[in-house]
Amino acid sequence: MDKLKPEVLGNSLQQVLSTVLVLVLALVTFEVALYAGWRLAEWLDKRLRRPSNVVAYVIQVGTLAVFFFVTLAVALSVLDSLDFKALLESMEGDLVRGVYLWATLSAIAIVPLVAFLGLVVSLMRLQRQPSLRLAFMLLAPAGIGLAALIGYPMYYELRLAFSNMSLRNFREFQIGLEYGVTNLQRLLTDPVLQQQTFTPVFARTVIWTAVNVFFHVWGGLALALLLNRPMRGKGFYRTLLVLPWAVPQIIAVLAWRGEFHFQYGFVNLILTGLGLEPINWLTDAVWNFVAMCLVNIWLGIPFMMVIFLGGLQSISGEYYEAAEIDGASPYQQFRRITLPLLRPVLTPAIVLGTIWTFNNFNVPFLINQNELETSDILVTALYRAAFEYNRYGFAAMFAFVIFLILLVFSLVYIWRSGTLRGVYE
Amino acid sequence: MSTTATVERPREAARPSAAAVSTFFRRTRGDSPFKRLLIHGTLILACLIAAYPILRVMSVALRPNDRLLSTSLEIVPPDASLDAFGEVLTNTDFLLWIWNSLIITITTATIGVIIAATSAYAFSRWRFPGRSFGLVFLLATQMIPAAMMLVPLFILATQIGIVNSYRGLVLGYSVTAVPFSIWILKGYYDTVPIDLEEAAKIDGASQMQAFVRILLPLSTPALAIVFLFNFMAAWNDYLLARVMVGSVADLNTWTLGFKHFIDQFRTDWGNFAAASIMVMIPVMALFLYSAKWLISGLTLGSVKG
Repeated sequence: MDKLKPEVLGNSLQQVLSTVLVLVLALVTFEVALYAGWRLAEWLDKRLRRPSNVVAYVIQVGTLAVFFFVTLAVALSVLDSLDFKALLESMEGDLVRGVYLWATLSAIAIVPLVAFLGLVVSLMRLQRQPSLRLAFMLLAPAGIGLAALIGYPMYYELRLAFSNMSLRNFREFQIGLEYGVTNLQRLLTDPVLQQQTFTPVFARTVIWTAVNVFFHVWGGLALALLLNRPMRGKGFYRTLLVLPWAVPQIIAVLAWRGEFHFQYGFVNLILTGLGLEPINWLTDAVWNFVAMCLVNIWLGIPFMMVIFLGGLQSISGEYYEAAEIDGASPYQQFRRITLPLLRPVLTPAIVLGTIWTFNNFNVPFLINQNELETSDILVTALYRAAFEYNRYGFAAMFAFVIFLILLVFSLVYIWRSGTLRGVYE
Repeated sequence: MSTTATVERPREAARPSAAAVSTFFRRTRGDSPFKRLLIHGTLILACLIAAYPILRVMSVALRPNDRLLSTSLEIVPPDASLDAFGEVLTNTDFLLWIWNSLIITITTATIGVIIAATSAYAFSRWRFPGRSFGLVFLLATQMIPAAMMLVPLFILATQIGIVNSYRGLVLGYSVTAVPFSIWILKGYYDTVPIDLEEAAKIDGASQMQAFVRILLPLSTPALAIVFLFNFMAAWNDYLLARVMVGSVADLNTWTLGFKHFIDQFRTDWGNFAAASIMVMIPVMALFLYSAKWLISGLTLGSVKG
């Protein structure tokens, strides 16, 4: 309560707003620069009649790079002037940090930017389609954002995967192919954390994903089919059924963890009420895994239900009428009409559901209060390897293996089912 | 169940004709009472399973402090009190956490929606080189484990010195939900006929005017969903916040603050439950308010005719 003062509240507001201001300013200036660069190239095109492509290309990229650098400088100075503490700090002569900051920032901004712009410009010159300009201007903010916050860190992570970085050599770590090979070998043979090797953890993750996605899809589909009819109290049911999705996940998971308490949790209370033995949900290896699955199934069904309900509502009733006239049974109607027509919704939902479950962190991490290694799935093991055992290089390689497994699975699934083709035909 | 074989499931037609409407109502009356009982029974059971754990949190919040752990299953304890709520509001920094979370979440969700809305427009209306690669790339970003990005982001943030401030969080949250948002919005834009924009352009509107004046208003459901997703992604984040501002008490968001209630070995259930209820209610209200848009916004894109 003592912190609820205007200075403290204003401080956080100022931090957020100044960052947003810089962000917006940088983006606007960038768009202007992009446009100006194109106009300049166009003007040069007219002036020089027949410029070689290389000259125009260099001019365009150069202009844009200069424009962007100026933008960055303006943005940073605005950022500093808005923040007195940082300004004072930088005035006290901490030159090394300043240079470091500049170098890293420009590396973050410039490398992918030049690559991106080079791509854009060369493609534009190839296409000679001025109408595409607006498209690229529209894409630019997302492109830059994703390049800076996903592209560059991914590249950095790849470097880490081929290094021996750990807590012991945090500052002076070496990068080399041999370290990557060692990391990979360790990942496949040694225990990932202390006891379990990669294979059992991977197998558990596959079981976890399969069980969860199975119940999410069929549970969600069953509820959606029940709800997709005119009846009393439909809105009421739908509202209540969406609740698990609406509750903030951290709260839901922590509350569930409390409810798995041996003596006071309602799960065991109900079990004993039914005349069954109470279960050690939090300490027993198998039951802890079951508890994780129960919580995640509870959390995930509403999303699937909402998706499928929307899909069902877009199926025209005429199909069913025709089927009835031909004497099709409800099961046949479901099998021959509902499922095929629901497929455009079903496949992306299954792919995304699989990815999200495979990568689910909150549920397995938080339900596992006693840090049983037998309840770790790949991503929680990854988190522990990095932040509890501080094996950063090893964890980076671990992360790439997980990412590749998912990528291969999804691409194969999408390719085999062929449904996403319609999305980007 | 032999009667159900002849009584068919009624369906809502997308564009019900007069004939469809009349058969529709006849069938509803035709559902046998047993079948209706079965359906309502199943749904009530499902609702109980969905809502009971949440009601339990409420029950803990209402219990007086001396018997937080109880073996009873009832929701409203006989000696209910609101002490825990007062305790959370006066003795903890709850309001500060909520304030911090709110300002950061609302601003980043807005930025995220704007970025996604414009990019999705480009993906939907132009055939540019690298378009399908871009869409697959966006899908691929969903496969990156959150824990994977944490190490490089943490190291980079330390190196450029934006740890312990909101800078990293604002940047991170603005982009997190963008790939998924682009997918949803692109799918939705695809269902809006391009003729509308063409007509506007014939009347003298520019491409951007057509986008802002015609397409965006028509896409309100999808925009609402995307805002909700961006909002929830930032609002519920724990990992990035812990890495970026975890050590600064003044900048804690509610997810970080809540960890003070629940440690590994000591749990303050009463305060946790009361604070949870106060966090849950506005988020659930937002969710339920947008429920009418949820369904159309999420799926229209993928079931185009």
